[in-house]
Amino acid sequence: MTTTLSTSQSPGGNPLGRDDAKRSPLTRLQHLLHSQATIGPAAVLLVAVIVFAVLSPRFLTPGNISLILQQVAVIGTLAVGQTIVILTAGIDLSCGAIMVLTSIVMAKVAADTGLPGLPALLLGFLVGTLCGLLNGLLVTRLKLPPFIVTLGTLNVFFALNLWYSASATIRGTDMPSLLLWTGQTVNVGGTRITYGSIMMVLLVAAMAFALKNTAWGRHVYATGDDAEASRLSGIRTARVLLSVYATAGAVYALAAWVLIGRIASASPQAGQLDNLDSITAVVIGGTSLFGGRGAIVGSLIGALIVGVFRNGLALAGVDVLWQTLAVGVLIIVAVSLDQWIRKVKP
Amino acid sequence: MTTPVLRARGLVKRYGRVTALAGADLELLPGEILAVIGDNGAGKSSLIKALSGAVVPDEGEILVDGRPVSFSSPLDAREAGIETVHQSLAVAPSLDIAANLFLGRERRRKGVLGSVFRMLDRNGMREEARRQLDALGIMTIQNPGQAVETLSGGQRQAVAVARAAAFGSRVVIMDEPTAALGVRESRAVLDLVLQVRDRGLPVILISHNMPHVFEVADRIHIQRLGRRKAVVDPKTISMSDAVAIMTGAMEPPDPVA
Repeated sequence: MTTTLSTSQSPGGNPLGRDDAKRSPLTRLQHLLHSQATIGPAAVLLVAVIVFAVLSPRFLTPGNISLILQQVAVIGTLAVGQTIVILTAGIDLSCGAIMVLTSIVMAKVAADTGLPGLPALLLGFLVGTLCGLLNGLLVTRLKLPPFIVTLGTLNVFFALNLWYSASATIRGTDMPSLLLWTGQTVNVGGTRITYGSIMMVLLVAAMAFALKNTAWGRHVYATGDDAEASRLSGIRTARVLLSVYATAGAVYALAAWVLIGRIASASPQAGQLDNLDSITAVVIGGTSLFGGRGAIVGSLIGALIVGVFRNGLALAGVDVLWQTLAVGVLIIVAVSLDQWIRKVKP
Repeated sequence: MTTPVLRARGLVKRYGRVTALAGADLELLPGEILAVIGDNGAGKSSLIKALSGAVVPDEGEILVDGRPVSFSSPLDAREAGIETVHQSLAVAPSLDIAANLFLGRERRRKGVLGSVFRMLDRNGMREEARRQLDALGIMTIQNPGQAVETLSGGQRQAVAVARAAAFGSRVVIMDEPTAALGVRESRAVLDLVLQVRDRGLPVILISHNMPHVFEVADRIHIQRLGRRKAVVDPKTISMSDAVAIMTGAMEPPDPVA
């Protein structure tokens, strides 16, 4: 028994073949951005650097580059955790609160009990990981939206932080030197770079490797892309989500260490808006808020774009309110671009 | 009688007050294409979900090669050699073809790179994907590194079928593989179904499309009101009679053939 085949097929066409119709330059750009999500942000960063270098002779000086990197280190580190959460189609509003709570735990335990630097640091990592794990359990067990879960835990962690610190800042002089190490600098080709900045770059490289080259990384993307399809494909999606939130918690603890070095103290009031800034970096970096698409390197570039914009506009004598406005416009442009890229046709 | 490769006995599945399966049976014999047809709400999907581990039945048992098994997740069914092509295809659109083929069972590199750094054997998986696509005659997909979302509906279906054929060691289940496809693409996918059978893998084919069912099926399982109403031979029954049994307009000549 045979079925009559359609006669309208193109010459040499195959039912499972691909129609490589001629594409307009715009469509080709769309396809390029679709396959390489970090090209857009990288181009924006490059253009911004060139423009600001022309506008201000001080922009590309070693001192200023060092400053930008220091300013970006905390947000850039947070953004690594934020990216893996957003890749699973989640969001983490509690990242700043976890970071501050962790920094207070590290500093205060050491300052109060005389605990050496390394155990204090490890304790901080444990607290950060447990906070992330709590987020993950609430998302996977109670099946609450990540936005709601982390909005709740943001307040919980922030309150715990105020309670434990008694709203008091712990001075750097009361801490073991290891906790402040991230603020120390090393001379790299005439530019003084903090260890915190170097750690951020290494973290980005390690996470980019894990996402690209391990099964775990693929499962993170697949879960964010289509959780039900992933489950049917045999991926334990709940386990993937738990691991992502817990890993993000550990990354925020690393950000806490960087933060202590940056401000040379541990303040319960620090980083109040860092959760939104990390989301900004991730979004500008080309990672989709709908999950399954994006890259860690993009988030680092996103954080750098924000840092370069603020710094460059400040050097050009632009008021801080216009810097904020520029960042806002960037966010809208980045998300609109993402929407357009997602509409790519086969 | 030969031992069925896959057998379900008295499966019951309730969703609140709705009974999707009311004691459903199914037998799949070695090397056959068993089509499962039924009206909407007859329990086809629930039956297939139970067999593929996507839902856990409330009652009844499933036997693979005569041995009772219990699936609590799709992974369990896969480990028993049952691969399913879901109607939704269960692919991750932003990942490439090779990544989708190996989704959930990725291969690692040999040596330290694999054991310590957990690195994936990307090239090995791409080559294997290439081989699997070639084996099924899906030559038109040029590059296993292409993202699945850039493929047409039929090509995506082909990827899902290739995945099932590559890893299914006992049974391949296909849920409405031609539902969303045009005439040409349906034709190609039906050829894939036949090829999977010819490689020795029995296939359960769920379909609404009677011409497709009558063209490829060796036996037809008619599901009605949560139970198996009849099993008929497409060579001896007419399409209209099969539909009549399916809708309850006619009693089957022989309840279970």
